Amino acid sequence: MTEIVLREALKRGLEEALENDPSVFMMGEDIGEYGGAYAVTDGFLKKFGPDRIKDTPISEQAFLGAGIGAAAAGLRPIVEFMSISFTLVAFDQIVNMAANLRYMSGGQISVPMVIRAPTGAGVQLGATHSQSFETWLAEVPGMKVVCPSNPYDALGLMRSAIKDKNPVLVAEPALLYGAKGEVPDEYYEVEIGKADVTREGSDITLVSYGYGMRPTNDAADVLAERGVSAEVIDLRSLSPVDLEAVVNSVKKTNRAVVVDNARRKGGVMAELAADLQQQASEWLDGPVMRVGSVDVPWPYNRGLEREVLVDKDNVLDAVAEGYGL
Amino acid sequence: MSAIENKSSNTPTQNSAQQLSGERLVELYRIMVLSRYLDERVWLLNRQGKAAIAASAQGHEATQVACIEATDPSKDHYLIYYRQFTAMIALGTEPEEMLRGFLAKENDPMSAARQFPLHGAHPRVDLFNFSNVIATQLPQAAGVALADKLKGSDAVTIVYFGDGASSQGDTHEAMNFAGVHKLPVIFFCENNRYAISVPQSKQMGIDSLASRAAGYGFPGVQVDGTDVVAVHEATQAAVERARAGEGPTLIEASVERLLPHTTDDDHTRYRSAEDIAQMEERDPIKVLSELLKRRDLLTESEDEKIHAAAKKRVNIATDTVDAEPYPSVETMFDHITDGSGNGGAL
Ligand SMILES: Cc1ncc(C[n+]2csc(CCOP(=O)(O)OP(=O)(O)O)c2C)c(N)n1
Ligand SMILES: [Mg+2]
Repeated sequence: MTEIVLREALKRGLEEALENDPSVFMMGEDIGEYGGAYAVTDGFLKKFGPDRIKDTPISEQAFLGAGIGAAAAGLRPIVEFMSISFTLVAFDQIVNMAANLRYMSGGQISVPMVIRAPTGAGVQLGATHSQSFETWLAEVPGMKVVCPSNPYDALGLMRSAIKDKNPVLVAEPALLYGAKGEVPDEYYEVEIGKADVTREGSDITLVSYGYGMRPTNDAADVLAERGVSAEVIDLRSLSPVDLEAVVNSVKKTNRAVVVDNARRKGGVMAELAADLQQQASEWLDGPVMRVGSVDVPWPYNRGLEREVLVDKDNVLDAVAEGYGL
Repeated sequence: MSAIENKSSNTPTQNSAQQLSGERLVELYRIMVLSRYLDERVWLLNRQGKAAIAASAQGHEATQVACIEATDPSKDHYLIYYRQFTAMIALGTEPEEMLRGFLAKENDPMSAARQFPLHGAHPRVDLFNFSNVIATQLPQAAGVALADKLKGSDAVTIVYFGDGASSQGDTHEAMNFAGVHKLPVIFFCENNRYAISVPQSKQMGIDSLASRAAGYGFPGVQVDGTDVVAVHEATQAAVERARAGEGPTLIEASVERLLPHTTDDDHTRYRSAEDIAQMEERDPIKVLSELLKRRDLLTESEDEKIHAAAKKRVNIATDTVDAEPYPSVETMFDHITDGSGNGGAL
């Protein structure tokens, strides 16, 4: 085991793929000399050369579309967006094209492409740079969507994403690039579609993913001090989602609070809450409580932004409101 | 339509436009110096943890004041982008108003502290800036110009963007649209040869962006953006053309980005030492100060006074704004809609 930060974990996954598979190459804005907006590709240009580490013009639609073409032609492109907010510029290529090509060609065309993008608010980047569109893309059939909360999952999911024969979005929580964690020295993968029970408990199930794991874990700590044993689940994959793992936990705890770091409305947890209501209602002692960030455009001012972002008190309030704990 | 023209102040203008008077030149210089001090102050406030992010106009000052000088703020429309610090001052934005945006204070006149500094809408001039998703302002500008055309107004829309923005589909689509409808719009590119770290050679396969105008059916002009007189002339010609109903112009002003992309960047990581050193000669404040002195429009002691006054103005503004309040969280739901619907509130 070695302790590294999440940025290093992503980097290791990418570097391995570039070393081992000549069909892997990367495209994105400022990924070359600059090493990427969050320094994930630092040093790659020198090591792998400009044919495989491509700085692109500011033209998300063009380089994502080019990624689809290159993937369909047999390469394995890894495309970096500077922010998940800018995937909007390329949404037609992602949603209408990348995700649908296999289906629309009767299975003839595959798009083995990885889309990487920093996601989430909290760094004062305002309404246009703070979005969490993994929540939108998780709804799209044909897309796989993952979002790690720690270095172990970041490396394991990156390995699986690059090997996958479908387009996979790796949403990278912008606030977690510096998050530390242990990573095994021997090879492993994290299967896409498998959640992780990160803390076992018996009284209540708390579910989140990505940066949402921070307030969720903090809330679990506070609950533990109060003698309430929370089971914490990190979804890791948003599509496919591991409903079974969550249902199994609820069967044990009979209580569930689900936590989105993104805006509450229309988030991944809206979907999960609805499914739980349907599939676990007989085990539930109360309503599935849904927590998320406030439904406003992300404000620039720091005080306003902090107020909007979900925090442990929001989680604790939901626990109290739903289950009196 | 014409191919690229190359303008410098040595080339006499073909139009009857007014030349900049010596007095106006000094006034423009004064604005540039004020902009420089305020810009430096904002950078400092970032280092003190008070301003979250800033993009500097240092190196772009001449082109911004000269372009604005050729327009009519009482009726024209300005769709600026995030680097247009000096343009904001040239359009009469007070240093206090600028700082309220950078420090995200309650009374930020542009966005009520909701969006990046300098983003939002100006309280007095018809200026707006939502450019931080690159190039979105260009199609919007075509729409503003279309509205003038439909209303029969002779106002002109000026939309600004960087070399990097020229690669976006929005830019191509906006220029094509404006060319088809002969809209009264000026596409003004401040080409500093970099999109963050990506040099021009990796953004486009041509040397001059202005050459693209031919593909849209309107003129493209390349101009030295450190030369106030040349930028003023080029803009005046474009403004006249637009007011006369003859359609758009693309102006490409070549400038230097003297500082890193933003306060988050360190450009020594991707720019060579020589590239950085050569910029000194193209510092527009130095260029204009030398021109004014050569033409006996400014003495050394007058220059010193201009600098001292700017410094003092910036100090006063900083002290004032630093003490002002931040927006209260109760206002969080204000302005999501006009108040109808649930305004986004839960
Ligand atoms: C759609 C989109 N993609 C990427 C970015 C990130 N970004 C912000 S500024 C910038 C460079 C812009 O360069 P240029 O247009 O030349 O303007 P300059 O900053 O040099 O004045 C980039 C890539 C963005 N804001 N929006
Ligand atoms: Mg540029």
